[in-house]
Amino acid sequence: MSHTILGKKMRMTQLFNEDGRVVPVTIVQAGPCPVVQVKTPEKDGYTAIQLGFDDQREKVAGKPRIGHFAKAKQTPKRFLREVRLQEGEGSNWSTEDVLTVEIFDEVKLVDVVGQTKGKGFAGTVKRHGFSLGPKTHGGMCYRRPGSIGQSASPSRVFKGVRMSGHMGDVQRTTKHLQLVKVDKERNLLYIRGGIPGPAGGYVIIKKSKK
Amino acid sequence: MDIVDKIEKENSKKRLPEFKIGDTVDVHVRIKEGDKERIQLFSGVVIRRIGGGIRETFTVRRIVQGEGVERIFPIHSPFVEKVVVRRGGKVRRAKLYYLRELSGKKARLRERLLTKDERELARKTVAGELEKEDVEPEDNPGTEEATEPVEVANA
Repeated sequence: MSHTILGKKMRMTQLFNEDGRVVPVTIVQAGPCPVVQVKTPEKDGYTAIQLGFDDQREKVAGKPRIGHFAKAKQTPKRFLREVRLQEGEGSNWSTEDVLTVEIFDEVKLVDVVGQTKGKGFAGTVKRHGFSLGPKTHGGMCYRRPGSIGQSASPSRVFKGVRMSGHMGDVQRTTKHLQLVKVDKERNLLYIRGGIPGPAGGYVIIKKSKK
Repeated sequence: MDIVDKIEKENSKKRLPEFKIGDTVDVHVRIKEGDKERIQLFSGVVIRRIGGGIRETFTVRRIVQGEGVERIFPIHSPFVEKVVVRRGGKVRRAKLYYLRELSGKKARLRERLLTKDERELARKTVAGELEKEDVEPEDNPGTEEATEPVEVANA
């Protein structure tokens, strides 16, 4: 049994729990995810299943992609990810299997993998949480990084000194999020708190290892 | 309307309590103590409504033993059982924060006489008759709970 599914972050909202308290939740459209390919040690060198999610128009997909899905007798999907399996588990799976949110029936905690929102070229204040300089009294160093090292010795800047640069748009995993509700009818997961990425971004939801 | 709007709607109240800024209201709050539930009243002046949809909240201010007390209620919370308008208030602001600086006689609001409909609504809310109107008659026999305790609490 695989406890991984692909989904799309809808957006956040809030609900009330039994105690009447407000619970912040992220709604995720998850699955159904057909198994598009089963990877075997003989052929691919490892065991995994490939999951697809979210229909794609054939015109957009392109022929190689259509062909790949056609092998599994499926229509193209936009989001395609592999889930590694233990050696020997591959034989339990075929391209006729479809994963739905039902696999999370008994699950309480999940990890969510997503691509964070890109922040562009960000300075040290935003990127590394450097403190600001004085706004007034002749402060000339408001958002500057300040010193990046010593003088003649060592006469160079050490590797790994935190500087400005690109921020965000990287893969991140948020772990141990409470799964508030599983809506089987509409294939929705209600996850407590925030998850990486923009609304409409693709995410991978896994059962937490614990 | 996307799917999240639908979810919000499903989790919202079908019938929102009706009251205005400046009204003096009784908020009937359900309180859980262990496995028992009871209704507690919080009465005071509504000084603000803020937020929209399922996020909307309102703030009720009252003076307890000379000390101002404000409570913020999510309007859609299932624990906000009902809101009864006791007295209307004539105000010219949407947010009555200025009341915080005032005390005693200055902190009074001019009365807005309730219309016939509003009085009728208040009566029905207290009596728990609104629920009856909402539900099909044969559906639910147990709608007449809160009538008695409410009167006692006010006495």
